[in-house]
Amino acid sequence: MANALEMKKICKYFSGVRANYNVDLTVRQGEVHALLGENGAGKSTLMNILYGLYSPTSGEVYLEGQKVNITSPEKAIKLGVGMVHQHFMLIPALTAIENVVLGMDEDKSPMLDLTTAAKKLTELAAQYNMELDPNAKVSQLTVGQQQRLEILKALYRGAKLFIFDEPTAVLTPQEVEELFNMFKLLTSEGKTIIFITHKLQEVMSICDRCTVLRLGEVAATVDIADTNKQDLATLMVGKPVSMVYEKADIDPAAQQTILQMENVVAKGTEHGGLKGIDLTIRSGEILGIAGVDGNGQSELVDCITGLMKVESGKVSINGQDMTNAAPKAVLESGVSHIPADRLARGVIMPMNLSENVLLMNTRKKDFLKGMFLQWNKINQYTDGIIKKYKVKTPSRNELIQNLSGGNQQKVVLGREIERNPKLLIAMHPDRGLDIGATSFVQQSIVDERDRGAAVLLVSTELEEIQTLSDRVAVMYEGQIMGIVPPDTPIHEISMMMAGIRYEDIVKEKEASGVGA
Amino acid sequence: MEAIIDFINTDIRMMMPMLIAAMGLVYGERAGILNIGAEGIMLIGAFAGYTGAVFSGSPWIGILAAMLSGGLVGVLFAFLVITLQADQTVVGAALNIFGLGLSTTLNRVVFGVNSNMPQARSFSTLHIPVLSDIPVLGTLFFKYNILAYLAVILLIILHIILFRTKLGLKIRAVGENPRACDTLGINVYRVRYGAVIFSTMLCGIAGAYLSIAQLSMFAENMVAGRGYIALSAVVFGKYSPLGTLVAGLVFGGGQALQAKMAAMQTNFPDELLQAIPYLLTIFALVGVVGKSVSPAAETVPYDKD
Repeated sequence: MANALEMKKICKYFSGVRANYNVDLTVRQGEVHALLGENGAGKSTLMNILYGLYSPTSGEVYLEGQKVNITSPEKAIKLGVGMVHQHFMLIPALTAIENVVLGMDEDKSPMLDLTTAAKKLTELAAQYNMELDPNAKVSQLTVGQQQRLEILKALYRGAKLFIFDEPTAVLTPQEVEELFNMFKLLTSEGKTIIFITHKLQEVMSICDRCTVLRLGEVAATVDIADTNKQDLATLMVGKPVSMVYEKADIDPAAQQTILQMENVVAKGTEHGGLKGIDLTIRSGEILGIAGVDGNGQSELVDCITGLMKVESGKVSINGQDMTNAAPKAVLESGVSHIPADRLARGVIMPMNLSENVLLMNTRKKDFLKGMFLQWNKINQYTDGIIKKYKVKTPSRNELIQNLSGGNQQKVVLGREIERNPKLLIAMHPDRGLDIGATSFVQQSIVDERDRGAAVLLVSTELEEIQTLSDRVAVMYEGQIMGIVPPDTPIHEISMMMAGIRYEDIVKEKEASGVGA
Repeated sequence: MEAIIDFINTDIRMMMPMLIAAMGLVYGERAGILNIGAEGIMLIGAFAGYTGAVFSGSPWIGILAAMLSGGLVGVLFAFLVITLQADQTVVGAALNIFGLGLSTTLNRVVFGVNSNMPQARSFSTLHIPVLSDIPVLGTLFFKYNILAYLAVILLIILHIILFRTKLGLKIRAVGENPRACDTLGINVYRVRYGAVIFSTMLCGIAGAYLSIAQLSMFAENMVAGRGYIALSAVVFGKYSPLGTLVAGLVFGGGQALQAKMAAMQTNFPDELLQAIPYLLTIFALVGVVGKSVSPAAETVPYDKD
């Protein structure tokens, strides 16, 4: 059988800069083929060439053995290539079915026939065990549903080869599982999947083969059965990457309580909010908050940082009552915050690095002379951060929007950590980052702990939580289901994430233990 | 009774130029382009239409001239804001000044200052057999010129195209998320160019409606804010052609009221009545008549790379 896709000797230059060089990619029909690589390794460029958004400088593309010349997305769609973009290409103001038929001309009539199309979509969805109201506005769909709609959109157009660009970055663990079931269903029908991800665990669990790109070239194509996570990471980065962190021993006697929350209640934005949170974090420890997104984690962080009103209960930082204190007062009491949404809260995209660094330090005495900013001092400070945190940037005057996500996050990290916080709050600090950057961010967080900071780490990645934390608190619907050691078995943590209290799990275990 | 009929008649007549411009602007805005230069384009259309009608002796040629002049300005506007990605507000504001200057200058060059302006041949009130003779209803709805009827028919067609056809879906989608459209093989630039040029053509006709259907002459700055009111009507009408009809009736009513009050010589301040459309728009924006939400990508230039 012919291979579903062969890309031969693909080269792509952007104004002289090499993005792809002699890339060979062979994808067999019916397989899930992972495409791995650091940010900037050329994965997106390669896929955009396949989808007709870029044209290659040189090289050939074969679909099912036929040489093709894909000059536009329209042509790619006609040839059976479907792409599910990382940032969904949906229009929130339109309905699901309108999004599906947009740009299509099935019946050659100028009129829209949404009724027939909706029927066809519902049938298609049922065929793949999906439920979707064709007339629902996209803005009312959950992230998981939107992704399903993207898949249906491609299926509706008759896609045979699917490109998934980091589809799991935005999903909850349950949704990831559903997505992987979908992968299996699609491949069982002979459809082919190219899966771009940073998560090696996922590659190991779902993929058949994997092509690793490094600096625009193919580092290797391997069978998943013959490899392991460590080898893949090494291939991606080009040198061994440490994914274990040595933590310094902390003398328990020297630990002080930094953050104390007593029965904190807050109204939620969309979900239940906080329903009585008791939490203590001491200096020199990382407390990991595990839980499915939207179970009160962001409310928890916002109540500490003063961004959300605490209805009742008490928040103390370093022994001082900071309940409903202004964000400025919270920051000045020694709290640093790496926010979940880097774009919305972490940086100002059209500003340069110095300006973004200055944002958190406008009251720093060194940076001011009267009412005027001391730019030479600020620039010096920024250069220090760039060097220490290995930020890849042409200069401190570069707009932060021109940096990769990993480098943006390093700027935020540097800005927050250089303030020597007593309490560091990090929410999804490595979301969307590649392995190199993730490892850097995680190491920095561990270093802060070793320095003696109290760290509140919020993440939906259990692996990350378990690797970094000293204690793990599991949140469910605005409550803490239990605080357990990081080596607690995953299935017990999962049970807590689903709303079962730890004491009940323990009771159950004892009961069954007695029974046996 | 007669007073009410008379008021409604005036309302509908006042509404027409605003309505024609507004239903065009709906298309531009739905595609993501805000053209605050509508006022200036209407002025150019008013002058071109009047000149065309005077020299050809046919109001239809006048309308054609107005449409072409509007379209021409539209090409320029589209090139600046779509291809060169210039700021739509700035270019639009410049168009208003340009339109006022150009129409005034050309008027003085062609027709001279203080001279007696020649009368353009105008559209006469259409007498429709039977319908126009129905008591009350006939006077209410069938005593207008042909352009008014064509405008209402066009309005209905435009509404259907926007919400019931593939082209309409494309236009709406392009104004919401152009990148998504690009990945589906839709040519964003082409759709936006088309929508903008179409909308400026209608703005041109709207201007000519003033100079050759309502009056038979051109006067400097004769559009007098109707372009801005048309922009308000788009928002008030929630970006739908039928919505602009409702908005047009409300705003036209405000102008009719203003005219009546002026005729009655009351002490009620005229300026307050003139402010009605704008006040209504503000209410519309804050959600008094149900929230009016602008297309997500409106005023945002699309950069393919």
